[in-house]
Amino acid sequence: MQTLSAILVGLMVAASIYLILDRNLIRFIFGLVLAGNAINLLIFTVGGMTSQRPPLIPHDLNAMREPFANALPQALILTAIVIGFALLSFIFILFYRTYQEIGTVDTESMKIAEAESDPLQPEPRRFKGDAE
Amino acid sequence: MSGLLIYPIMLPLAGGAISYVVRKHVKRSFQIALLSAGVHTLASAWLLYRVYLDGILVAQIGNWPAPFGITLVADHLSAVMVMISAIIHLAVTSYSKADIDESLIHRGYHPLSQILLCGICGAFLTGDIFNLYVWFEVMLIASFGLLVLGQKKSQFIGGVKYVVINLFATLLFITGIGLLYGLTGTLNMADLHDKVALVADRGTRIAVAMLFLAAFGIKAALFPLFFWLPAAYHTPPASISAVFSGLLTKVGIYALIRMFTLVFAVDMDVIHPLILIIAALTMITGVMGAASQNEFRRILSFHIISQVGYMLLGLALQTRLALAGTIFYLVHHIIVKANLFLVSGLVQRLCGSSELAQLGGIYRRSGWISVLFFVPAFSLAGFPPLSGFWAKMILIRASLDTQLYWVAFVAAAVGLLTVYSMTKIWGEAFWKPNPQTNQAAHIRAPGQESVWMLAPIATLALLTILIGIGAEFVYKFALQAAEQLSQPQYYVDAVLGKR
Repeated sequence: MQTLSAILVGLMVAASIYLILDRNLIRFIFGLVLAGNAINLLIFTVGGMTSQRPPLIPHDLNAMREPFANALPQALILTAIVIGFALLSFIFILFYRTYQEIGTVDTESMKIAEAESDPLQPEPRRFKGDAE
Repeated sequence: MSGLLIYPIMLPLAGGAISYVVRKHVKRSFQIALLSAGVHTLASAWLLYRVYLDGILVAQIGNWPAPFGITLVADHLSAVMVMISAIIHLAVTSYSKADIDESLIHRGYHPLSQILLCGICGAFLTGDIFNLYVWFEVMLIASFGLLVLGQKKSQFIGGVKYVVINLFATLLFITGIGLLYGLTGTLNMADLHDKVALVADRGTRIAVAMLFLAAFGIKAALFPLFFWLPAAYHTPPASISAVFSGLLTKVGIYALIRMFTLVFAVDMDVIHPLILIIAALTMITGVMGAASQNEFRRILSFHIISQVGYMLLGLALQTRLALAGTIFYLVHHIIVKANLFLVSGLVQRLCGSSELAQLGGIYRRSGWISVLFFVPAFSLAGFPPLSGFWAKMILIRASLDTQLYWVAFVAAAVGLLTVYSMTKIWGEAFWKPNPQTNQAAHIRAPGQESVWMLAPIATLALLTILIGIGAEFVYKFALQAAEQLSQPQYYVDAVLGKR
């Protein structure tokens, strides 16, 4: 189970890096979401997977009986999910406002828009064959 | 005793909550912010004093014993960082009275800046690595908000870069935490110091350490991960960029110091050459970048990068003297850099521009403002007897002691190039006649500066001079802090109890 989950994490991270490297900011967001989930799964996996052993103390004992599932990774993941959600809501709004302001979600065209709005920016380098 | 450690975190949080409620009343929210910043400064000073007298202070939140609960720890380094953050926040809050427009206050400038301070102090005081992640997020979300508060086009574009790269750094950070927890089964940093050494596979340990180096390297703007910084830091108003430039990258440096003196101390013999090279390249590229710029705040932004290199240098050299140099540098740099950004805001108000070509004549108009720029600028460049001279000297001395002569050369040469940038600003903005004297309206008449702006700049400049004159005292304190860092056992014993 742990091996399977580790492979899944690897695949998800690979896919998310592919999306994050894209020039389109919308794809970047999807990459970010995917990476966040992959990392949550990673924490869950490395925290040790013990099924059907809740960390509860039985009636007749004073301590938990080994082996029991580790509850801490789930607490960590819960925190990470909440924080991730807040950041994601912010980034959606930020990208939407940026889109309203400069009319593009493509990072290359953003560079050109930046150069136009800000005379202090160095001119983006144009290569032969670039559309004028 | 535990209250001492909680106040620096709780006060700005409470102040932020109250200022959010009254944010529509410009005057009242300023009063609350100033009061909260003042009380916070007092609380931080008290914490520093107690730590100075009693050594490392520890608070177990909710009385959960370490390593199971969240621990707050204040050693010399944490306490002095909290103190400096409080001073900068107080100065900037005063400055914001004249600098921040009404509309920004309505949108929540004061609550956000206090939440930012809360996150910064939390990051300095926590002794739990997952809790450090949480404080970084608090800090990050507040800084995102502040950066785009003005809703200008340039702020959105700079903001997108800043947000994207910082979120990616966060992902690396939490991945590192997950793997570290998987390897050791603990999140308490003192406990990690012991448990990381027990991990059998050195390769795995170093791989995890590299994740942290990359994550904090982005936050601290190290070579080659610094490109987001000059793209974003010049866009918000001076009050906001002063706090960013003074404190945010330094939290990254602080986290690196903690990670590599405490958690990964056992592998430093392998990692330190890499950090040394990164430090040298950071210094060089930062100062070169600054030399090629022609806008006040962009020059300063690039200098943050080169200065961060110096701090990293002390960490890379690892000797007690070098760590003391890093701490001295942190204290000196935060005050000076924030102050320079505040001066740049003042200059922009006076001349209506921050492009060097359009500036000029400030010396003729007001000698005092020129002095207020002169002190931090030439402290940054390392002129004796100002604070930067001692900070640089300790680091160069430390690199000579470890017989790394090329490092000493790089540090000295970068200092020289810093002089070039500072004299460039001095010559262009202050010395040369104003190019727009025919359009007389552009430069405001003397006596129109707000006291709220001048007072914090003058106070920070005075602090710079005092650190320079009282260098011996600061140096002794830095040596004590370095002693604690180079002997992690002090920290571990304080948190986990002596065994």
